[in-house]
Amino acid sequence: MVFGKGLRTLALATAAALALAMGLIFFYAPIEADQGFVQKIFYLHVPLAIVALCGWVAGGIFAIQLLRTGDRKWDYRSYVAIHMSLIYGVAVLLTGSIWAKASWGHWWVWGEPTLVSFLIVFLLYCTYQPMRFSIADPEKQGRYAAVFAITAGAFVPLNFVAVRLATPLVHPRVFTRVAGDLPGSMRLTWLVSLVAIALLFVTLCKLELTSKSAKDHLRRLRRRLEARDESAAERAFVGAS
Amino acid sequence: MSSPPSSTHETPSNAVEVENLTRRYGDRVALDDVSFSVPTGQTLAVFGPNGAGKSTLLKVLATLLRPHEGVVRVLGSELPGEAWKVRGRVGYLGHEPALYRSLTARENLRFAARLHGVDDDRVEELLDAVGLTRRGNDRIDELSRGMRQRIAAARAVIHDPPLLLLDEPWSAIDPGAIGLLEPLLGRGTGRTRILVTHDVARGIAEADVVIGLLAGRVHVAGPASSAAAVEAEALFA
Amino acid sequence: MIRTAAILFRKDLLVEVRTLQSLTAMVLFSVMAFVLFHFGLDRDTIEGSLAAGVLWVTLLLATVLAVTRLFVAEREQGGFETLLLAPIDRTAVFVGKAAALFAFLVSVEIIALPAFDILLLQGTILDGMPELLAVVLLADVGLAVVGALVAALGAETDARELVVPLLLMPLLVPVVIAAAKASAPLLAEPAASVHLGRWLLMLTFYDLAFVLVSLGVFDYLLED
Repeated sequence: MVFGKGLRTLALATAAALALAMGLIFFYAPIEADQGFVQKIFYLHVPLAIVALCGWVAGGIFAIQLLRTGDRKWDYRSYVAIHMSLIYGVAVLLTGSIWAKASWGHWWVWGEPTLVSFLIVFLLYCTYQPMRFSIADPEKQGRYAAVFAITAGAFVPLNFVAVRLATPLVHPRVFTRVAGDLPGSMRLTWLVSLVAIALLFVTLCKLELTSKSAKDHLRRLRRRLEARDESAAERAFVGAS
Repeated sequence: MSSPPSSTHETPSNAVEVENLTRRYGDRVALDDVSFSVPTGQTLAVFGPNGAGKSTLLKVLATLLRPHEGVVRVLGSELPGEAWKVRGRVGYLGHEPALYRSLTARENLRFAARLHGVDDDRVEELLDAVGLTRRGNDRIDELSRGMRQRIAAARAVIHDPPLLLLDEPWSAIDPGAIGLLEPLLGRGTGRTRILVTHDVARGIAEADVVIGLLAGRVHVAGPASSAAAVEAEALFA
Repeated sequence: MIRTAAILFRKDLLVEVRTLQSLTAMVLFSVMAFVLFHFGLDRDTIEGSLAAGVLWVTLLLATVLAVTRLFVAEREQGGFETLLLAPIDRTAVFVGKAAALFAFLVSVEIIALPAFDILLLQGTILDGMPELLAVVLLADVGLAVVGALVAALGAETDARELVVPLLLMPLLVPVVIAAAKASAPLLAEPAASVHLGRWLLMLTFYDLAFVLVSLGVFDYLLED
């Protein structure tokens, strides 16, 4: 399994995109009238959330591929996607919290259905690693993790719909601006930020995949070496008896 | 090389064919490059010390575990892809009698019968054959270990399978009852049998061919003879 | 496949009748929970959304109890191998288990709902019927289907008692949302039905979605 192809180009592109995004956020995007400077965290928070959710769903799709083909590279991809999304998820909840505190004075708001749904999905995926690693046999572990990833991936949209329906429309939405109705300068900044954060996600995933496959390769070589030593010793034993 | 399509009524010359079978357990190798075959109608005895992989081998053939590498053909069907074809035609008697403790002997057998599409009369027939008709309505946890083994044996043959996989079948049975299992599990039935046992003398007597496993690898293979018995004993040293 | 599922279902019921482990635990837990809520909330009667919340959270937790045991009982009893060796469609195992879990839930509710009525509603639950029944049954399907799937997922891990609740609870949030929203007006004074159709629809949709997902993935959980 070689995952490292094109890693350097990707990393460079990511760095460039991030620099551009930061520049736009701080110097180009206007300061929002009622929420002030802190509103700019929205340029991080929403893209982070979108990418995390896509990552989780992608984890489910990779898992389907694992079950269909049995090729372990899909297991790696699925695991890394979910794991990385979890890390992004922490960032989403943190930025969401800061935003809420700055705008509403509370660290958490139940009135924002997307944030609430995200929390539920996040809590679900927190169980992924403990569940996965409590299964000893690696092949079974991959299979069970795949079933989890598919179930959870299917759950993401269901959950969002459910929570959205449950949140009374009377309660004011915290994020009143969604990509659709943003003025030009904000929309550009938002899009660039989304691209940069997505690129960062892919780069980090690729990095983790490369490192994992190298470690795995090393372990397998080591095992083969040990097995060869073992069988040589055994043959000597059986021959002697 | 393409193999002929297997049908459920075909009788291949080898009931079981195993080539380079490898099965891992985590980082440890339970079965390493195991190859052998068993002609239809014959009995294979598998010897080896604890941990040699004998039970694992049986479980792979029973479709309870899938092969990690290698080719396994049971009754003409290749595992793991065609495992579903094999299941109705193999009788497996494992280390633990796989019975529901809180259900009665009769209920357990009826459950197995229904899963295999077999009539309830066969249940009565088998209960009679193992001498437990009167204890049929006792719960499994009320029966002695030997009786449980007899019920498990009955369950293993309830669907009249052409292949039997037996893991230490006589270990738990009271000596008086061993004879009861002969007509079910013995040579006379004409079934192909693979037998795992610690008792080398008994195994040699029952078998036509033997293999000996040590640490997952085949160290002894050949027809059942006194020479083979000596080699098999050496494995336990 | 359905016939096999029926055979497995009957076997599970038989084992449960003999041992009575899951049902007793679920019933006792539910009643105890109601008592605790009385003290925790310091109320003699509750109604509306509070009542709905207490009811559904309790039923959810009782489901967790049952789910943890669903496949474990199989292994404890010792007969699981019989299932694995039989020439059956393994989806039947899922259908059988989900059906058994559904039956357990209904059996528990037959005792728990009246208990809830007596202890915390002061006898007004019948006003919410038969709509409440529809909500309960549809929610039970969701609990049973997802419960069976998670039970199988947790069956192989050593950390079962942790993994099962942690998986089950987020996955069942939509069920709790829909069931509680639908029940709240039905448990209010006077009982009314508000947007009932919408919540029943959501439950149905959820049930269908997870039945499809489970049927698709379950096979992979039993092979070895």
